[in-house]
Amino acid sequence: MPAVTLDHITKTYDKGKVQAVTDLSFSVEKGELFGLIGPDGAGKSTVFRILTTLLLADKGSATVAGLDVQKDFRKIRGCVGYMPGKFSLYQDLTVEENLRFFAALFGTTLEKNYALISDIYEQIKPFSNRRAGKLSGGMKQKLALCCALVHKPEVLFLDEPTTGVDAVSRKEFWDMLKRLKEEGITILVSTPYMDEADRCERIALIQEGRILSIDTPANIVKAYPEKLYAVKADSIHKLLLDIRLYPDALSCYSFGEYLHVSFRGQDKGPDLQQYLEQKGHGNVVIKETHATIEDSFIRSMGSAKNLPS
Amino acid sequence: MSEKAIVCKDLTKQFGDFIAVNKISFEVNTGEIYGFLGANGAGKTTAMRMLCGLSYPTSGEATVAGFNVSRQQESIKKNIGYMSQKFSLYENLTIKENIEFYGGIYGLTDRQLKDKQEELIGKLGLEKEVKKLVGELPLGWKQKLAFSVAILHQPKIVFLDEPTGGVDPVTRRQFWDLIYEASAKGITIFVTTHYMDEAEYCGRLSIMVDGRIDALDTPANLKKQFSAATMDEVFYALARGAKRSAD
Repeated sequence: MPAVTLDHITKTYDKGKVQAVTDLSFSVEKGELFGLIGPDGAGKSTVFRILTTLLLADKGSATVAGLDVQKDFRKIRGCVGYMPGKFSLYQDLTVEENLRFFAALFGTTLEKNYALISDIYEQIKPFSNRRAGKLSGGMKQKLALCCALVHKPEVLFLDEPTTGVDAVSRKEFWDMLKRLKEEGITILVSTPYMDEADRCERIALIQEGRILSIDTPANIVKAYPEKLYAVKADSIHKLLLDIRLYPDALSCYSFGEYLHVSFRGQDKGPDLQQYLEQKGHGNVVIKETHATIEDSFIRSMGSAKNLPS
Repeated sequence: MSEKAIVCKDLTKQFGDFIAVNKISFEVNTGEIYGFLGANGAGKTTAMRMLCGLSYPTSGEATVAGFNVSRQQESIKKNIGYMSQKFSLYENLTIKENIEFYGGIYGLTDRQLKDKQEELIGKLGLEKEVKKLVGELPLGWKQKLAFSVAILHQPKIVFLDEPTGGVDPVTRRQFWDLIYEASAKGITIFVTTHYMDEAEYCGRLSIMVDGRIDALDTPANLKKQFSAATMDEVFYALARGAKRSAD
């Protein structure tokens, strides 16, 4: 039995004027680390709030740990952990007080499930007497995760836990999630950072309340239909503008140091080289590259926006 | 001779015995896209606040657009633009009202304001949306509009504090198109980001660790210096040694 199921879930706000999520269906297997990948406004938080029984869907049904989100909402609340996108602990309580408070709320003690959180808690223990409001971003994030885990939930919901967090702390956070997964906890996590998708077992790419694709990260990038090229030259911005005017260019956008370019039809490598040299570009490099999750996302968002105008 | 947009020498800010910014020195050329990177708590925001004329340095010196950060804060404010992920436009005002409000604050004449408004709305393709409240716009649109408003008064320098956080990958790139365009017009760009691919779009960048600038160069040279394939690796090599972490 899957740990989470969504069956044709639709949710609107503002008397139907704002379509938050539309006809969403997917499931998360028991013990799986599943990622919802999409930008702000994609509907990720709405999904979390429906699954944690804080919001009712307009249409469709959903279950968590085999329980119906509408009928069994009380039972669900007892067996899930939820870390909302916005820091929601008590700012005036200390680190330890927050933990003990949440433990008590779930009818357990800090000591009972200490093994589960010890790894994470040890890192903030030196500050256990500090008020939560006075913690740094990285420490708040760790405390919030501890509070969500203190009752050893079956399913853990993490809504954008790494937003606004620097690249080093983000890596550490994903390492923690990997260890929790090994403890058998099902994790549904969302992120706007495409590069974090690879840390999940399966992902759903979500945009404007609809799912673009669901699969393992490896399968999603493997399904990228065109050959993708990485191109660079001395003036990268001029290069971008010129390639967009190249008749056979299907898409062209910046990707770190390079531009990622795909073409209509067959291999256009050598032709492009000539075209770019005619346009006066120096040090042109064109090489084949592999699509990443971000490339797949951009492509499924509708390449219309990237077409040469 | 290329005029310097920012000259920063041993700039320091101390809160009690905590040295938030520790003798940072760097220069930014006019029209350059300068990336200002660092881990959470490295001191980026404190440094930016001094450069924007919002906070006095404890010691050291800096000039922004030729004005001294300790003595000419009001002149600095008139000559810079600023936008951040957290605050940009008034959500309860329409697009048109926001443009008029910011234009008014920066002392544009009615005539200038009218021309600028038409140009900006046309460029962003917002003709049908001008009477919409900014709060109703998708985040990506909001951020593009906020950037255009931040350079409405043609500032010499624009400070962008994590302008693309949470924005979808297509809009993020369109945002950078706007940055390149502004830079081509001679506006200096000073930008922070947590997206390491965006670090590659900068002409030069510095990485702050525990209040200091530990590296400063072009993305290509930094990668060479740290024998790294990507900026992500460079950042990781530098920031993982950080002792501090705060917001």
